[in-house]
Amino acid sequence: MQLRINGTLHEVDVEEDMPLLWVLRDELGLTGTKFGCGIAQCGACTVHLDGVAVRSCQTWASDAEGAEIITIEGLGTPDLLHAVQEAWLTEQVAQCGFCQSGQMMQAAALLSENPQPTDQDIDDAMSGNLCRCGTYPRIRAAVKRAAAAMQEG
Amino acid sequence: MGRLKTIARRTFLIGSAAVVGGVAFGVYTVRKPHENPLTAGAGEAVLTPYVKITADGITLITPRADSGQGVYHVQAALIAEELDVDLDQIKADPGPPSPAYWNTALAAEAAEFMVPAAGMMQDMAEGAVNSVMKVMGLQITGGSTTVPDQFEKLRLAGASARETIKTLVAEREGVAVTDLTTASGNVILPDGQKIPYTSLAADLADAEVVQDVPLRDPSEWRYLGKPMQRIDMLAKSTGTQEYGIDASVDGMVHATVLMNPAQGGGMADYDASEALAMRGVKAVVPITGGLGIVADNTWRAFRAAQAINVTWEDPSFPLEQADHWAALEVAFTPDAQDSQKRNDGDVDAALSDDEVLTAEYRAPYLAHAPLEPVNAIVRVDDDRAEVWTGTQIPRFIQANVSRITGIPADNVTVHVLMMGGSFGHRLEDEVVKQATEIAMQMKGTPVKLTLSREEDMIHDFPRQIAMARMRGKVANGQVEALDLGIAMPSVVASQLSRQNQSAPGPDSQIVAGAWEQPFAIPHQRVTGYRAQPLAPISSWRSVGASTNGFFFNAALDELIEAAGSDPLEERLRLCSDPLARQALEAVAEMSDWSGIGGMANGSRTGRGVALTKSFGVHCAQVIEVTDTDAGLRIDNVWVAAEVGRVVDPVNFENLVQGGVIYGLGHAMNSEITYAGGVAEQSNFDMNPGMRLHQCPNIFVRGLENGDRVLGIGEPPVPPAAPALAGAIWAVTGTRLREMPFNKTVRFV
Repeated sequence: MQLRINGTLHEVDVEEDMPLLWVLRDELGLTGTKFGCGIAQCGACTVHLDGVAVRSCQTWASDAEGAEIITIEGLGTPDLLHAVQEAWLTEQVAQCGFCQSGQMMQAAALLSENPQPTDQDIDDAMSGNLCRCGTYPRIRAAVKRAAAAMQEG
Repeated sequence: MGRLKTIARRTFLIGSAAVVGGVAFGVYTVRKPHENPLTAGAGEAVLTPYVKITADGITLITPRADSGQGVYHVQAALIAEELDVDLDQIKADPGPPSPAYWNTALAAEAAEFMVPAAGMMQDMAEGAVNSVMKVMGLQITGGSTTVPDQFEKLRLAGASARETIKTLVAEREGVAVTDLTTASGNVILPDGQKIPYTSLAADLADAEVVQDVPLRDPSEWRYLGKPMQRIDMLAKSTGTQEYGIDASVDGMVHATVLMNPAQGGGMADYDASEALAMRGVKAVVPITGGLGIVADNTWRAFRAAQAINVTWEDPSFPLEQADHWAALEVAFTPDAQDSQKRNDGDVDAALSDDEVLTAEYRAPYLAHAPLEPVNAIVRVDDDRAEVWTGTQIPRFIQANVSRITGIPADNVTVHVLMMGGSFGHRLEDEVVKQATEIAMQMKGTPVKLTLSREEDMIHDFPRQIAMARMRGKVANGQVEALDLGIAMPSVVASQLSRQNQSAPGPDSQIVAGAWEQPFAIPHQRVTGYRAQPLAPISSWRSVGASTNGFFFNAALDELIEAAGSDPLEERLRLCSDPLARQALEAVAEMSDWSGIGGMANGSRTGRGVALTKSFGVHCAQVIEVTDTDAGLRIDNVWVAAEVGRVVDPVNFENLVQGGVIYGLGHAMNSEITYAGGVAEQSNFDMNPGMRLHQCPNIFVRGLENGDRVLGIGEPPVPPAAPALAGAIWAVTGTRLREMPFNKTVRFV
């Protein structure tokens, strides 16, 4: 099947029900998307499917066919940071950092849908993403910083 | 020359041999025999390489493992401060497993459980253990020891390298060393000309290392004590940080395991025929206690594992949770007494009448559950083996792979990779043992073993289960007597048994966080009881103090309530240590403390307070909770921690906030319980910890009044649960004596 990931079309030979997560990680070597729980409880595997944040561990490869898939590698790069990544860097959010790809993908989806989220909006959107190191205070600050930066353009 | 020096030398030579035309700098530590006879074997000097300079760049060796606490960064900053390089000029490399990197600070913690002789002077005890640890080569990351252990060593390594470079340039240019300065990886000549360190690499290889360089005064520091950008922050903000689970080796296969869900039980029989017919499955091989499933993709291995039928054998510990608690209940006996490190006043006399208050407390098993499931790549050839994994114990891994394969340890290479969290989980190396057993059955092929979350969580050697019994008395509005007994299995014994080591003598972790607390209660006794071994357990962030900090503070709170006093005021009155007092005063001031509020004062908002001294750090917390219609909401936490010196204020604040959240989240809603010998909680749906919507504001203050530099990874954890319990009591009138608290109350 064919998958369009970060603007590039990839031909993959996988089972229909292989989770997109494992197509990305093991078939295509896109390891920025993380495996944490496998049951959509941690959010580490969050990617965008046509702009919507989804858990790639619960998304069949065949369901992603035809969609525009964006992973953390496609959100921005060290040389060309997305506003969310810039905010994550400035606030020094990460400790171990393992959840942060998913956190940033979730935050980017939130802000594209709701550019001026309230505290409650942020809590609602981000509470499905677990951080075992406890960087939540910095995640909240970084989401607000990114929102402000995107407002300024 | 002692044996240790020989080993260190060889390591050094191997290290520098890999650096063609370059140099690896270390620091000589001179230990005079009369100061510490037990290290006589070490003799004159141990060379520990921390700085490598080649024509291509500068590499700082940061041997303590990074599980998210930022120690690669902190270690690099310590070297850079004296070496005069910019943090964006260097690479950090954890280096090879080597006895040269032994952790002496951990010995201070270890001394108490490894040296049985009561009354032996503490410094003597530490000396003995230092010697033992050198022999064992304990290159361990743990016990919040990285900063205390490395604070001087790494600055000395940087200073020594800097002065060696300057001396070389001075001789070559015919100028005095004192006329040279250094900045940003350059030696600067009197005329302003800059000579990059890297251009000197070839000449430096033969240079005599300058020793005994005085360290700079803190007032001259450029990095330390100031906010820095962590060197891993860009990678971790862009998804480009490579963790163990992301590592890849040419020709590798993907594997998972299906282990007896009852920890340590054997395997009677299995049928893998269905799995072997599934797409991509290459092999199903028996290993100790289970099966390895090898495929061409991790998910295919996971799926195949689910298709295997296995008949398992029972484990050696009690099958049902109630029996675990029963084993603790019967451990409060003189026969099971492990230690009595505190016995002030006359407790028996003080508690001889009828006015005695009693209470019993419980703390459950808990999984560490870092977000990255454990993993390892192992390749075994006929005469050598290679391991890639995130670990806190590279030396043990080297020894274990050697033991399992029969390959000499010198031929076992361990590459230490970045960890996606640990909290003590990666003080264990079962995943490497498993990957090694699989790799032995397919020699020459690198096997990447990844555990599913479920395999990881149910086989996570959990935090110890523990129970405490308190008897106490108050008089005239004051706490008069506290007799605290604590029972748990020995976590140290359980953990060391998996490394074929034993721990003679008492296990200080059974009473850590309770016996050494800075409160002068006139009649005070803390007794540790060693329960029988139950489920295998392991060090969980803050170890013994994670349970005992709750027990001690919760007991104290009940006595203070009975005395009719304010929990913060009475703690201050009882406080016997000026550093602890300053921590309590700091949180009182930060929180504008004016009592507990809550029901008694007609408010749905109330406060609790706790202080625990652990790992040498006095950490005080005030927690504010509101009883909302949707459940209890934690609004604010004020934290003060005395660490002697805050090395990086940004990382410090982040670690303290994370420690508070780790302590609170598990106290709120997490436990591991056993049924049929199997952990009943296997994923984050049943064991969530704290989620973002539950996270309070957390205000942090680092105190720098002490004269020792201390680590902050663990000390914020123990006081969080009891401060929360105090606040919940204020708003609900319910005394919480058992964790997790959601057994009794409801959170938002």
